[in-house]
Amino acid sequence: MSEEVDPSRRQFLTAATMATGAIGVAFAIAPFVASWKPSARAKALGAPVEVDISKLEAGAMMTVQWRKQPIWIVHRTKEMLDRLPANDAHLKDPKSDNLDQQPDYAHNEQRSRKPEILVLVGTCTHLGCLPKQRFAVGVGEGGPDWPGGWFCVCHGSRFDMAGRVFQGSPAAMNLRVPPYDFISDTKILVGADRAPRKGAA
Amino acid sequence: MATATPRAADAKGGRWAAFMSWIDARLPVTQFWKSQASEYYAPKNFNFWYYFGSLALLVLVIQLVTGIFLTMNYKPSEAEAFGSVEYIMREVEWGWLIRYIHSTGASAFFIVVYLHMMRAFLYGSYKNPRELLWIIGMLIYVSLMAEAFFGYVLPWGNMSFWGAQVIVSLFGAIPGIGPDLVEWIRGDYSISDITLNRFFALHVAALPLVLILLVVVHVTALHEVGSNNPDGVEIKKHKDSKGRPLDGIPFHPYYTYKDLVGVGVFLVLFCGVIFFAPTLGGLFLEHPNFEPANPLNTPEHIAPVWYFTPYYAILRAVPDKLTGAALMGAAVLLFFFLPWLDRSPVKSIRYRGWLFKTFLGAFVIAFVGLGYLGLQPAQGSYVIAARVLAVVYFAFFLLMPWYTKVDKTKPVPDRVTYHA
Repeated sequence: MSEEVDPSRRQFLTAATMATGAIGVAFAIAPFVASWKPSARAKALGAPVEVDISKLEAGAMMTVQWRKQPIWIVHRTKEMLDRLPANDAHLKDPKSDNLDQQPDYAHNEQRSRKPEILVLVGTCTHLGCLPKQRFAVGVGEGGPDWPGGWFCVCHGSRFDMAGRVFQGSPAAMNLRVPPYDFISDTKILVGADRAPRKGAA
Repeated sequence: MATATPRAADAKGGRWAAFMSWIDARLPVTQFWKSQASEYYAPKNFNFWYYFGSLALLVLVIQLVTGIFLTMNYKPSEAEAFGSVEYIMREVEWGWLIRYIHSTGASAFFIVVYLHMMRAFLYGSYKNPRELLWIIGMLIYVSLMAEAFFGYVLPWGNMSFWGAQVIVSLFGAIPGIGPDLVEWIRGDYSISDITLNRFFALHVAALPLVLILLVVVHVTALHEVGSNNPDGVEIKKHKDSKGRPLDGIPFHPYYTYKDLVGVGVFLVLFCGVIFFAPTLGGLFLEHPNFEPANPLNTPEHIAPVWYFTPYYAILRAVPDKLTGAALMGAAVLLFFFLPWLDRSPVKSIRYRGWLFKTFLGAFVIAFVGLGYLGLQPAQGSYVIAARVLAVVYFAFFLLMPWYTKVDKTKPVPDRVTYHA
């Protein structure tokens, strides 16, 4: 056996040991990183919620909570719906082309399953404040041309009666439409794309 | 004592010297004291601006001690957090004092650190050979911002809740991974009990450890390169026959005693706030935070605590989320590059020309101005003003390689001076 050190062999072994060690460290870190994800309990508490909308009058809005976020359900009047197309020229995303912001069945002019019933996550897409209800036309922060919608007092984002963001707002995206479905004409399930059918579990 | 043969040290200095030589043979205490204090030479021309390093250390200790006592009564849960803070304020003996020291200490920390950084701007303390010292200092600053943010969430008032919501949402601006990252940080679909609990862990364990470690590294780096001074000349250039800098004096006793005077003045002001104006008119403790967190009600006007408002004003000055968040991040990150942006051959403002003085003055006005605007609502002329000041802010950094190079400088003396 030689007494001398073979530097290239030693260098290779050092590099191989370090690489193996680094992979080991990466695997050891993974559980700690994963522990920050929503826990099983948080997920269970985020289950879909049933909402009774039988008392929601035309022109009114109600707020429920799903996953601790405010969910707005608005019963839009015919006038509110008729005003929507006129907004298009002043919106950042009039055709709702950002598909992350609504399910496929709400990818339309009204951004809803049924034209009059609008369901939105009431959290500003800018930095998460709750925009204020400003349904009255032509008054308030929006000025005389205001077509009705929501105004965020935190940073000044404005949204129309379909939750679409106006140009000049710091928010880049339309308000999000959560997954939802009609259980019946007066009941909505918020948080799931399909309400369980009769006979299903 | 049973030992019959006294050692040499015994005869010379008595029992204390004998004890210390016993210790020193096992742990280099005396050697450490000499190298770091009694034989560590600092420039003899330190002025007012040199108080704030040791004051920052004092505030760190105050925060650690009061923080430990607050954890003994605080409950990091959605249901109990707000109530436990009220419990500390009303029912724990002297709890109100401990909490007000801690809450005032947070603002005091930033005041002291901002003045400490201002000193570096004035005398070019970030320049060669102190680049690494500056970067470590900036890491302390960034860690301190994180520590302050997490601490601000803990009382679980309505401003805590919505402040957390806004700051965490900022990470959602990152393209691609943004929304998933935000959910990962919160550990839930919105700011909740889970978020509060982990922010508590970060505030009381993780970040204090990081801060202490960084402070040790910062002081080690300082004592390696030695302090800068108001003249920006290196005192190590001229040494006496024993190798001691001619313009240096031992840190102990000269600066330990000088700093004690600073500590005295600081504590008078500090106690003044604690006892007479602990909220400082809503600036140190914001009024909406005396209401419990309410996920269904955003406060009419959201503003962070004053020490973040310059950056917050930059964020709001931009009508686009990604650009706003990116500029806000850049506003902090640019500080790190200062040693390489500054091309001036001199360090101290005393020997710089009018260009640098003008830009530095404009920067200070922009920083304070943005701080004020960040506290105001984001509308009309406030936003316009914030945009103008943000341009000045970035111009200070981005034009620095140019104006520091062409600026007319005065000759730097060989030794430190005493004129002001």
